[in-house]
Amino acid sequence: MSSHYEAPIRRPLIVGNKSYHDITVEVAAPVEGKANKLWWTVFTIALLAFLWGVGSIMYTIGTGIGVWGLNKTVGWAWDITNFVWWVGIGHAGTLISAVLLLFRQKWRMGINRSAEAMTIFSVVQAGLFPVIHMGRVWNAHFVLPIPNQFGTLWTNFNSPLLWDVFAISTYLSVSLVFWWTGLLPDFAMLRDRAVKPFQKKIYSLLSFGWTGRAKDWQRFEEVSLVLAGLATPLVLSVHTIVSFDFATSVIPGWHTTIFPPYFVAGAVFSGFAMVNTLLIIMRKVSNLEAYITKQHIELMNIVIMITGSIVGCAYITELFIAWYSGVEYEQYAFLNRATGPYWWAYLLMMSCNVFSPQFMWSKKLRQSITFSFIISIVVNIGMWFERFVIIVTSLHRDYLPSSWTMFSPTFVDIGIYVGTIGFFFVLFLLYARTFPVIAQAEVKSILKASGESYKLFRDAGGKNPAPAKIVKSVKPTKEIIKNTSEQKNVLLGSLGAFDKATQTADDLKLISGVGPKLEGILNNIGIYSFDQVSKMTDKEYDLLDSLLDSFKGRAKRDDWAGQAKNLKK
Amino acid sequence: MYTFSSKLKTFSFALMIVGLLGVAYGFLSTPSSVEDVKIMLQESHDAHEDTGVATTHDSDNHAEAHSDDTHAEHAYHYLKNKPWSALYVALFFFFMISLATLAFYAIQHASQAGWPVVLFRVMEAITGYLPVGAVLLFVFFVLSSLHMNHLFIWMDADVVSNDELIQNKAGYLNVPFFLLRAVIYIAGWILYRQYSRKLTLAQDNASDNKNYIKLFKSSAAFLVFFLVSESMMSWDWIMSLDPHWFSTLFGWYVFASMIVSAITTIALVSIYLKGKGYLEFVNNSHLHDLAKFMFGFSIFWTYLWFSQFMLIWYADIPEEVTYFVSRFNEYKIPFLGMVVLNFVFPLLVLMNSDFKRVNWFIVCTGIIILIGHYIDIFVMVMPATVGDQWFIGISEISSVMLVLGLFIYVVFTTLTKAPLLAKGNPFIKESEQFHY
Repeated sequence: MSSHYEAPIRRPLIVGNKSYHDITVEVAAPVEGKANKLWWTVFTIALLAFLWGVGSIMYTIGTGIGVWGLNKTVGWAWDITNFVWWVGIGHAGTLISAVLLLFRQKWRMGINRSAEAMTIFSVVQAGLFPVIHMGRVWNAHFVLPIPNQFGTLWTNFNSPLLWDVFAISTYLSVSLVFWWTGLLPDFAMLRDRAVKPFQKKIYSLLSFGWTGRAKDWQRFEEVSLVLAGLATPLVLSVHTIVSFDFATSVIPGWHTTIFPPYFVAGAVFSGFAMVNTLLIIMRKVSNLEAYITKQHIELMNIVIMITGSIVGCAYITELFIAWYSGVEYEQYAFLNRATGPYWWAYLLMMSCNVFSPQFMWSKKLRQSITFSFIISIVVNIGMWFERFVIIVTSLHRDYLPSSWTMFSPTFVDIGIYVGTIGFFFVLFLLYARTFPVIAQAEVKSILKASGESYKLFRDAGGKNPAPAKIVKSVKPTKEIIKNTSEQKNVLLGSLGAFDKATQTADDLKLISGVGPKLEGILNNIGIYSFDQVSKMTDKEYDLLDSLLDSFKGRAKRDDWAGQAKNLKK
Repeated sequence: MYTFSSKLKTFSFALMIVGLLGVAYGFLSTPSSVEDVKIMLQESHDAHEDTGVATTHDSDNHAEAHSDDTHAEHAYHYLKNKPWSALYVALFFFFMISLATLAFYAIQHASQAGWPVVLFRVMEAITGYLPVGAVLLFVFFVLSSLHMNHLFIWMDADVVSNDELIQNKAGYLNVPFFLLRAVIYIAGWILYRQYSRKLTLAQDNASDNKNYIKLFKSSAAFLVFFLVSESMMSWDWIMSLDPHWFSTLFGWYVFASMIVSAITTIALVSIYLKGKGYLEFVNNSHLHDLAKFMFGFSIFWTYLWFSQFMLIWYADIPEEVTYFVSRFNEYKIPFLGMVVLNFVFPLLVLMNSDFKRVNWFIVCTGIIILIGHYIDIFVMVMPATVGDQWFIGISEISSVMLVLGLFIYVVFTTLTKAPLLAKGNPFIKESEQFHY
């Protein structure tokens, strides 16, 4: 890999004064702590949506595809729209971990783990649709070329739908292996930190006996590189094959050669938007702002902007060539999109996909987290409509006017879609509480080159990366406790004072959300025991917030009092 | 500073002179009338009969005479076009190398790449050919629009009056608009090229990063312009040679061909200069990276080639498929051969990372890739302009020699104009220490 030297112009990828240990603790915190109320609420909602989806799927299979809104002309609508949408979202994960690895983008390290998890969970959602949209689900295994009792009955390898089977299943398996390989050192870290025997057992199983020897690391790097090299063409080919479902047809609006790269660009576009949505929330609730920095969000916005522009260029190309071709069916297909009964869907797709990413040219907007969050959702709405527009508007009016029709979804179509969203979040929420959501091993490898404190130290004239403690003298990044002894006294008054001489201090780090730094701050205030923390109410939270600079609202959000009560027992 | 070796200079002049003579010969040896073509065809026909290939044409004399006439007329037009097409393919090929080098260069600036800074001057030298090549192409288009040749048949009023399909496209395919568009693209590309060159030279002696920041911003702006202008350029300059045919992927497909040739050229020029001892700060990690790009973009080219071909072959819609029918029937060897040159060969040779550090491996593969992409452009252009009369002969080879000589002369002259290390770039130290 490239050397440790980094141009001073590059911004730090790990902010704050972090040591290797800080990284470990902060990455492990969400796994080692307990879920708070917010998590349970969201999880319940997701689970209900998922169960609703399961019900809809069972109803479809039990009753027949006729319960969907499809008709004789429009044989594909929400099912395939959702399929392509979920596959598309899945692409960003592989892109971040594989393509950005090939391009040696260090910023991928803060986000790749979650992006890959997102890939896997969304490919799982996508994988549902090819199966459940079959009229005879129980014959689904016929798509596999398995020797059977029907003599020479075999699959026809000319159909892109069969290529889909191979593409999606290969994609899921390779992504899973790639993801799991990267997880080994991190699971080993959790294993080594686990105190409770059950957790120890689980993480020992998951980490496959990783010991981190030099030879292991060397092979680990090689495997990552080879898998990245394989995953990159895979990612291109998977969405290409998905695009072939349409592009190989003779339907006006579907048959166009630009679909393969354009679908891939769209997939990257929507996938990055989804990563942005998830990570903006995750960095906040899991307290990972130091690793998923504003710069990460900004860079993802830039990727969204670039791929959005490529998609926009493809839209214009399609429009131009439709006119240029002189084929009236093709021309009508686009006229119908813009002015037909689904004009609103086309308008929505155009405004969400072509215009919204262009805001990212403004530095101010792309650095704004709120704005990025909104745009990332807008993009995914737009990309859903893109697939919907391509599929439905091309089908509902094509060659024979006598077969023109309309499409409207039923509650079952919608229920299944909602169900996949629920399922996705069920998986993702479980992941966020049980997996190391940041590839700590990788992040540690860039700490000395791209960590803020080390960069500051070098800028101040230090030649070699210095241990974190010395750095403090270069720029004090220590939390400043405001000199408001009055507030401190009020706070301690209601929590009860702690006498160091007679009592033993508790390990406050066991409270989820409290790291070593925060523990030190609490100790400075005079809070040492779970007993004190458990007495906190809204009033004390507010007082505490007024004493803190950068951890505002966290105590209440993470329900420290509740956690401390449990820990006290 | 680089000094243009007199040997190379002589070589480039020799190429130009020999090329010019060959091109002139090509123009002089075109048949002057349909009658000449008939005689020519008769001769080759007789030669065929002598060898006893096909002898069943006594049965329907009348029909045969008729088809012979139209055949001869077609062949006459094709043969008249042949030296022009040969020159056009060569001009476009070297122009596209410099244009895509410019795009690659802009991408490196916009992405704040740390490794290629030591290669920037090489890239700038290759883009030095851009203004020359673009102006030559423009002159070529003006000559075409003055009916000096019949490459763009939609420029011919007689053809258009009998062709409703082209008439419907006249809003886009008409001479003034075509030339205006060409002026806009060329002006945009040259503008960025000259501006970025000015900024990097200024950055060499600057004490702050002002020029660098300007360069960063203008590169991003250029890339947006390039994304649009390159697609349109490919429709105008190549796709319109077959005015009945259309493909939405075409612009990006041409781009893939351009970029891989450009990166290959950067690698070849760098290896040459390093061999002469001028680029002591370029190490084999830099070459490794270039070779990886050659490898990656070769596969990317194949991806787009296959996507375009397969989708049209699969759906088999008559108005589109004729494009590949004529290429498959009359250009089988170049059409399929280029896939071997552009895909199979680089795939097998450049897969190994050790090989990507061995100069002669890169050079050999590079030359193959360049030949392969010349053939790619050849197969895009020729079936529309010379049809079944194609042949890689004196016209084609000497056109390449002529433009190659000019290319070498311009590129290496540009190299002498500035120090070979862009030393003011904020990433220069990263690049110098780059090790993979």
